[in-house]
Amino acid sequence: MSDSSLHSPSLGLAAEPELKDYFALLKPRVMSLVVFTALVGLLVAPVHVHPFLVFTSVLFIAIGGGAAGALNMWWDADIDAVMRRTRNRPVPSGKVSPGEALGLGLALSGLSVMMLALSANLLAAGLLAFTIFFYVVIYTMWLKRWTPQNIVIGGAAGAFPPMIGWAVATGGISVESLLMFTLIFIWTPPHFWSLALFMKSDYDDAGVPMLTVTHGHDATRRHILAYSVALAACSLALALTSIGGPVFVVTALVMNARFLLGAVRIWRRDTAQAQADAYGVEKRFFKLSLWYMFLLFGALLADAMLRGLWGGFA
Amino acid sequence: MIRATHELHHRRRGRNAGIGLLLFGFVAIVFGMTIVKVGKGQDVLGTGMVSAPAPATGTGG
Repeated sequence: MSDSSLHSPSLGLAAEPELKDYFALLKPRVMSLVVFTALVGLLVAPVHVHPFLVFTSVLFIAIGGGAAGALNMWWDADIDAVMRRTRNRPVPSGKVSPGEALGLGLALSGLSVMMLALSANLLAAGLLAFTIFFYVVIYTMWLKRWTPQNIVIGGAAGAFPPMIGWAVATGGISVESLLMFTLIFIWTPPHFWSLALFMKSDYDDAGVPMLTVTHGHDATRRHILAYSVALAACSLALALTSIGGPVFVVTALVMNARFLLGAVRIWRRDTAQAQADAYGVEKRFFKLSLWYMFLLFGALLADAMLRGLWGGFA
Repeated sequence: MIRATHELHHRRRGRNAGIGLLLFGFVAIVFGMTIVKVGKGQDVLGTGMVSAPAPATGTGG
């Protein structure tokens, strides 16, 4: 192609992707949660890791999560184009071609797993590979369009990062890492179902069988309450392990009380009441769920730092 | 007519510079990992080959 041909309007120059479009393929907001929970899983483990290897390991876990996001956007471009929340993503908006998204996702998947094996160990790399496989094949390609339990089972993919972080430090799996996994696993359904309550038409239009679409709002409200009770039990169990401490106990008690209160309020409402206040309770519960996860993992980190300080003085 | 620069060239220059920085960062990370791993005497690739421990420098008794 000659330079002069670059000035041809038929090239569609506006479609030329920029670096930020490729970055958007990696779902940076999801990646930030992956980075945070993986970092906490790594730092609360009772094994010291060189700070540079902490940085590289978390970076490759994040890149692996981003690669899974790119593959998800490649496969789901058709339903992303229908939903208001996702129609501006790089593939449905035409900024990046599906082939490029697939290529980037596959390349970064291989790179991240290989580099995590070198930076940490084979178990951590194996868990990362399984996470990518689970998110892309089990959740995106299979469950998401097939069953209203899509979020419940698919939520496991987002629950792996702290377990991978723990495996980076210890080279193994333990009760603590399994409970961190379970905490995110049980937290994911009420988090997404509260979103689905006020985004119903989006999932409906796209034909995604969310619980709100297949079983209605009342059933979804009951499920949110049930999972919130299970979540409280799981977080209190985590407080009894070696990584739980006073900061975590206080944070878990306060946040679980607020979370349960929010879940009860959602359970006691019906659709007419929710529409009357523009789903205000559901929207507040969704925001609270983000704070819940951030503060509980932050508390684990705070307790680990306190133990480090205490160990230094002892 | 061929113009020296075009908006597309600017955009591609930015993208290429970004990719260059990413590649440089990747090389720096691999180099840093090597330094840390070899410094700790780890068997990085599972080949059984590790760096020799540093000789004792104490004067002894």
